[in-house]
Amino acid sequence: MKAGSNKYTTSEKKPTAIGMILRQASVPLMFIIICAFCIPIAGLSPSYLANEIVTRMGRNSFLILSLLIPIMAGMGLNFGMTLGAMAGEIGLILVSDWQIVGIPGMVLAAIISIPISILLGIFCGKILNKAKGREMITSYIMSFFINGIYQLVVLYLMGSVIPIKHSSIKLPRGYGIRNTVSLLRMRQKLDNLIAINVSGIKIPVMTFIIIGILCLFIIWFRKTKLGQDMRAVGQDMEVARDAGIDVERTRIISIVMSTVLAGIGMIIYLQNMGNIATYSSHSQIGMFCIAALLVGGASVDRASIGNVFLGVILFHTMFIVAPRAGAYITGDSMIGEYFRVFVSYAVITVALVMYETNKRRAKSESSRELRAQQDADEARAAGKGNV
Amino acid sequence: MTETKTFKDRVAASLKNFGLPRLIITGFLVLLLILAPFVGADLPTQISNIINRFSWNGILVLAMVPMVHSGCGLNFGLPLGIISGLLGATLSIEFGFTGRLSFLMAILIATPFALVFGTLYGWLLNKIKGGEMMIATYVGFSSVSLMCMMWLLLPYHSPNMVWGLAGKGLRTTISLEGYYNQALAGIGQINIGNISIPTGTLLFFALLAFGIWAFLHTKTGTAMTAVGSNPVFARAAGINVDKIRMLSVVMSTWLAAIGILVYEQGFGFIQLYMAPFYMALPAVSAILIGGASVNKATIMNVIIGTILFQGIVTMTPTVMNNMIHMDMSEVIRIIASMGMILFALTRKTEASR
Repeated sequence: MKAGSNKYTTSEKKPTAIGMILRQASVPLMFIIICAFCIPIAGLSPSYLANEIVTRMGRNSFLILSLLIPIMAGMGLNFGMTLGAMAGEIGLILVSDWQIVGIPGMVLAAIISIPISILLGIFCGKILNKAKGREMITSYIMSFFINGIYQLVVLYLMGSVIPIKHSSIKLPRGYGIRNTVSLLRMRQKLDNLIAINVSGIKIPVMTFIIIGILCLFIIWFRKTKLGQDMRAVGQDMEVARDAGIDVERTRIISIVMSTVLAGIGMIIYLQNMGNIATYSSHSQIGMFCIAALLVGGASVDRASIGNVFLGVILFHTMFIVAPRAGAYITGDSMIGEYFRVFVSYAVITVALVMYETNKRRAKSESSRELRAQQDADEARAAGKGNV
Repeated sequence: MTETKTFKDRVAASLKNFGLPRLIITGFLVLLLILAPFVGADLPTQISNIINRFSWNGILVLAMVPMVHSGCGLNFGLPLGIISGLLGATLSIEFGFTGRLSFLMAILIATPFALVFGTLYGWLLNKIKGGEMMIATYVGFSSVSLMCMMWLLLPYHSPNMVWGLAGKGLRTTISLEGYYNQALAGIGQINIGNISIPTGTLLFFALLAFGIWAFLHTKTGTAMTAVGSNPVFARAAGINVDKIRMLSVVMSTWLAAIGILVYEQGFGFIQLYMAPFYMALPAVSAILIGGASVNKATIMNVIIGTILFQGIVTMTPTVMNNMIHMDMSEVIRIIASMGMILFALTRKTEASR
């Protein structure tokens, strides 16, 4: 009887293990198929495509890497990375008003953004600690809330309370920042610092070195005491608390780190773009970064550096080819535009659904095991009583 | 002596229940109303605006109630219901209905879409109990962006709706002149000086609100509340939890479909493509401002919340502009509504299962 039940459980578990792997790989696989289908239709030259992908990797990887730490701490996808992006933008706006250009300007912008990011991160972390179990929706609403405050600061306080000297970035009415702030003299300064040309493909080596340093930092950080604590908190908050870890503090630190990194990431992103769309640059950034990470095969509770790079490549390939392919198939270029937006949202939806169903399955499985164990204990007790 | 103390405690407790953000928002609106005459804003016009906007938005806010009751949380997936309503609206015009009849037909056509979408949505939400709100948000976003493609691809031909040059693909905004513009508001409209009251729309809202109120007092409605407050107990009492939750989601979706149609008849235009994208957020914050929480909402919350929210939306621009010549209304609206949602999400409720 016992052997029989054992066999039953193993035979039931095996296909789910294979299913798990398939499920994890399904999103990247789907994207490989979409890309393989769209690339020939789009008819873009390989060197153009490669150039675009390399540029976008340099532009986005740092931002996406900032998402990894909260996932480690079990706080899910940090939609609040937008907060850091806003801090980075404030840094850049001030620096461009002070006319500090090039690399020194970027470094100064980063230095300005860090204290703002830390403050916002602490605030966000404290709120998220009050909303355990629904961190994602809370951090998502948080990004809207702070966006309101950002608009208050940039649209009304800058120029009236915070001194802004140059009228080129000020609105004609005398206060508030224009819709676009040009970063012409900072444009791609980091990318061009050490740039190699490999058969027509420009590789921004310095940007990749910085991204590489961040990867090494994350790998190192995982092994530190704090990193281990974060993983313990991510596994089980109660167990971590019993082990003497200050759960609340650890969670706040993970959000602060993510926010600070997102701020620096945004500065790297914008130096590549060459201008700031003051009121919209940050609003979509969280969604695109999260979608890219998920396309790389990450889930809400598990993400690696490999997922980041695979995700950037696949997601942005889709992003480049979809409008062209859509225009070719339907004769309407808007279809492709809408298609890629739809795919971004659909990927996040599917990933969230998979995460929640897995969580529920694990929960019901553990409760079933518990019940089976209790039954066995009761049966044993009854047997003893009979003897 | 003891009695006064308990009374004081009760006041303190009810204040605490009321919540600081809600107090600030109510206080702010009262302040705006007091200031309005002094800064030269025309109070009757303002009040008329608030009543009108209440009549447009009331049902969209009402659509929150069933899902909150069954414990599915705030319906961030409202755009899905709105999509059903938009399908009803565009198809009704496409089939050539005009005048008030087109409004009735829009409701009739939207209903099956709402039932189908609602059932699928409910089925999905039953699979992911506990993570409803985040997934609902993204279901809304995905459906809106999917429909963006569909509005271009579906074979609509009515010359009043498609792009003039291409002859296909729906326009971003479609005028309802000649169709159901003011279809409800025009019924028994009362004009007193500067105040105009859209009696028909208000009555329609009252009818639906009463319907929901009555439903919540039937056997099924009580079961819905039971599922929301304690699903384990409800299951033990022999209630089919999944079925009740499904019903609540379908009801919410259908109400959203009707809600957008009522909104359009007041506003006078159909807005397609990305317009429904963020429509859930004002509705969510309105019901929260009215005193609802993540797992508790009444019809009264809907009415008070919509009046307060729309009051702030309409009053802030005029009063602010007249006072300091600076239009900060958009920023204030964002901070107030998002702050309210944040506050509600951080309350300790049993909704996080």
